[in-house]
Amino acid sequence: MLEQQFVNALSLGCIYALFALGFTLVFGVLGIINLGHGAVFMVGAYAALMTVIHLNLPLWVAIIAAMIAAGLAGAAIDALVLKPLRKRGAPHLIPMIATIGTAIILNNGAQAVFGAGTLRFPFGTVPEEALQIAGVKVTALDLGIIVLSFAMMAALLLVMRRTQFGRALRAIAESPKAARLLGINVERLFFVTSLAAAALGGLAGVLISLNSNAIFPLMGQDILLKGIAVIILGGMGDIRGAMLGGLFLGFAEVLSVAYIGSDMRDAVAFGLLFLILLLRPQGLFGKVVQRKA
Amino acid sequence: MLELAGVSKHFGGLQVLSEVDLCVPQGTIFGLIGPNGAGKTTVFNLITGLLAPNSGRMSFEGQDLLRQKPHQITRLGIARTFQNIRLFKEMTLLENVVVGTYRHMDYGLPGLLLGLPGFRAHEARARARALELLAWMKLDGKAHDLADNLSYGEQRRLELARALATEPRLLLLDEPVAGMNTGERAELMAEIQAIRARGYTILMIEHDMRFVMGLCEQIAVLNFGKVIACGGPDKIRSNAQVIEAYLGRDDEEHDVAPSAVVCANDGDAQ
Repeated sequence: MLEQQFVNALSLGCIYALFALGFTLVFGVLGIINLGHGAVFMVGAYAALMTVIHLNLPLWVAIIAAMIAAGLAGAAIDALVLKPLRKRGAPHLIPMIATIGTAIILNNGAQAVFGAGTLRFPFGTVPEEALQIAGVKVTALDLGIIVLSFAMMAALLLVMRRTQFGRALRAIAESPKAARLLGINVERLFFVTSLAAAALGGLAGVLISLNSNAIFPLMGQDILLKGIAVIILGGMGDIRGAMLGGLFLGFAEVLSVAYIGSDMRDAVAFGLLFLILLLRPQGLFGKVVQRKA
Repeated sequence: MLELAGVSKHFGGLQVLSEVDLCVPQGTIFGLIGPNGAGKTTVFNLITGLLAPNSGRMSFEGQDLLRQKPHQITRLGIARTFQNIRLFKEMTLLENVVVGTYRHMDYGLPGLLLGLPGFRAHEARARARALELLAWMKLDGKAHDLADNLSYGEQRRLELARALATEPRLLLLDEPVAGMNTGERAELMAEIQAIRARGYTILMIEHDMRFVMGLCEQIAVLNFGKVIACGGPDKIRSNAQVIEAYLGRDDEEHDVAPSAVVCANDGDAQ
């Protein structure tokens, strides 16, 4: 029983981690809390659903389509909303409020196009096969979610640590001005970061909609709150922190449902999170934040 | 090599630079001096594209610098250091310098994603070049330490190595010896001479007169946003206007003497 919960928790935690990864990336590089990240997550889920229903394409194509659609949404938000604000030198709170606006537009747009009701993937989209590993049932979906998530996280860590591209992003995170004067096209990397972060959010969106088989316009709003909690827990802007924080939240939720009751799920999960932050206010990997203006 | 002609800049009603002409010939060590608030750092910010002038022309090796973005200007071959050091403190020394080679990144994003051989070769080249520069600045022993743990003099040298990593032809140094002790100053003076000897052109802002006079072949003096003198160290040392700008007017018959001194110091506001 416990082992089974472990698999469920791992797969849910991976999705949270993926979601938080994009969130934390934008915070780390652009220095803003992107409250539109839940909306691009939702865009990813609908894009996958449309690919499956209307284009009759297999699931893996739908997943790629979700990442592309969400990535484009994120890129559009950067180009149309965040970039003009950067040009005017708006302080950090203003882009955050603007991203609330973009989330409302995308959520209402989805409601207008697809209706407010819950949509589901047609029967047979999600592979039904399951493995029995040491008495634990691991579905193909769980396995796919876990493998895909860890692959994405590892790739992102590797890019950030080992490549010139990642180093440039870390340089921007510390000082956009100094980065500019080293010949780094900061604007372009802001754009690429927004795109990549949104693509990760879109991936999380398809995966959760496959996991719970429910797609609705406001699906991004719940996870947005969780995403904020996860990146605060992990340490703002830290990639490893977002991963661990996401996994932690997944485990806290699943285990509290299993052993305490589903009514208490969020109370237990967020209560634990609060306790950890009491002990370590800067988050698991956080440093005491000093941002230069 | 670098030419500024009639460059003016004001922030709102405050005229910071008016009609500044500056000509830095290739291969020189050129000093830009002046009392606090004379507008020296603003000149650097204009050259590197962080600010746009209100009027005037600026060119580098015949290429127009106006309306170019900071990263484009860096790619033309101009690098700078800052008065208040801006290192990437959460990175190692090596990473700091490797970031400086960014403009030579030729593998692009697809190469990165596909792990093309060009990518690995580039990374190896960038590391090799960075280590070479660190060795030059005598920091190679600490290549894998975090930049946060360096002494002040070491931080200055690291910033220099990072600027050199962009492969500039013109190096702008903003108060390179500020906060250094005498030993570190002497060391950096030798370092800068070595850099020039390798064919770089250097334009520096500095307050330490002994350092400037000992190092620079040509000096321009900025006061209240205007170039009041330009020439070799000897000419500058004996220029009456320069002495006045630094020491105030020593002229007892006129009441203006004290106020001139006050004005020169008041420039701190900028």
